[in-house]
Amino acid sequence: MRQDGARSPVRRGGGIELRGIGKNYGATWALRGVDLVLGPGESLALFGPNGAGKTTLLKILATLVAPTRGSGRVAGFDLRREQGGIRESVALLAHGTHLYEDLTARENLLFGAAMRRRSVPLDALLTRVGLAEAAAERVRALSSGMKRRLALAKVMLAEPAVLLLDEPFTNLDQAAVALLEGYVGEVLGRGGSVLMATHDLARGYAACRRAAVLVNGRLIHEAPAQPGGLEALRAAYVAATGEGGG
Amino acid sequence: MSLGQVWAIARKDLLTEGRSKETLNGLFFFAALVLLVFGFALGPDRARLEQAAAGVLWVGFILTGVLGLTRAFQVERENECLEGLLLYPGDRGALYLGKLLGNVVFMLGLEAAVFPCFAFFYNMPLWGALPGLLLTAALGTAGFAAVGTLFAAMTMHLRAREVMFPLLLLPFVVPVLLAAVKGTEAFLRGAGRAEAFPWLALLALFDLVFVTVSLFALEWIVEE
Repeated sequence: MRQDGARSPVRRGGGIELRGIGKNYGATWALRGVDLVLGPGESLALFGPNGAGKTTLLKILATLVAPTRGSGRVAGFDLRREQGGIRESVALLAHGTHLYEDLTARENLLFGAAMRRRSVPLDALLTRVGLAEAAAERVRALSSGMKRRLALAKVMLAEPAVLLLDEPFTNLDQAAVALLEGYVGEVLGRGGSVLMATHDLARGYAACRRAAVLVNGRLIHEAPAQPGGLEALRAAYVAATGEGGG
Repeated sequence: MSLGQVWAIARKDLLTEGRSKETLNGLFFFAALVLLVFGFALGPDRARLEQAAAGVLWVGFILTGVLGLTRAFQVERENECLEGLLLYPGDRGALYLGKLLGNVVFMLGLEAAVFPCFAFFYNMPLWGALPGLLLTAALGTAGFAAVGTLFAAMTMHLRAREVMFPLLLLPFVVPVLLAAVKGTEAFLRGAGRAEAFPWLALLALFDLVFVTVSLFALEWIVEE
């Protein structure tokens, strides 16, 4: 049994540094040598078609999947040797909401807080994500959008130094999108890093300070997000993938 | 490993199980039915009933246990909750121990409800033997759940998990089952602690070995 996670490592600042990260599933390579540096206070929108390797990259950063090759540091912790430290510092808003359907919204957050050994004012958190009145409702009774808000609240209680977002805009209404974007700004403001994988070029580009395109497990385009840069990114995306780049 | 995490996982599982009452009710009636059917098959001969009682009781426990444990990790499939559990900081041993604790408490609760049915159907005066019977049930259940929790994790992603789970589990729990039946039989006969003790010691040893091995094995099983 690994002991690195048993300690409560000192949480460090944000930052991601990957060198030659590769991951294969049998004969298929999901990632083929990804190099990426994201400093504290920096955010990156990662675009790519289905199967490009975006989710695999996020799972590697969250220690859910071990890379086949390459090395890296997340929040200052070594990707292979200090996974406990990474899990203390990272939060992932994933495809799945990680919510228990038969528990109430409040109980789900309570469980998250207990597992992270944090004392968090849950009522304030529920109010912030607009679920104060649904706190005692079972998750099964909530709408998809409310579930996504609750999943976001669960991410918030982690107070992560590195925030990983996988298709974060799915099922969110405008108010929830604003909430998410506000939270991204908050993480960046306290020196954290944000990596967002999305198909939504316009929203992702607007939410992050840098943008990159991942195709067939390789980063093929990376540039700072700047006014007027979205069209250049869209052109690069279309050229690489043949998709419309919506 | 944080005991707070172990308790949080166990509490979450028990809350979830408690709210989906169909599992609990279904398993209880299934166990009661097993006892009833065997009772009819054995007939009214008291000596025969006494000989078979311990075995029948554990057949009921094991069959309901298999059905209950199949569900142990199913709740983690919905909304990719297992992934969420693996994202939490801390030792993954807490995940195993939390699941195990939840399963043991769930099974013991079920067994506590089955004991009165057993006493009624088989006309067994349990009161005097109750402390010994409960101790045997606790040790046997812990051993059974220790292996069952591990194999439930192993088979959770298999399409044929309902078939594979008992196929993998049952050969491993034969020693636990034999020791539990012999220990229960000794207490039911009123033979006393001296006769039951070796079986209880054996059960405790199995529990220790199974929990220790499973604690280490789960780390590898849950890694993608």
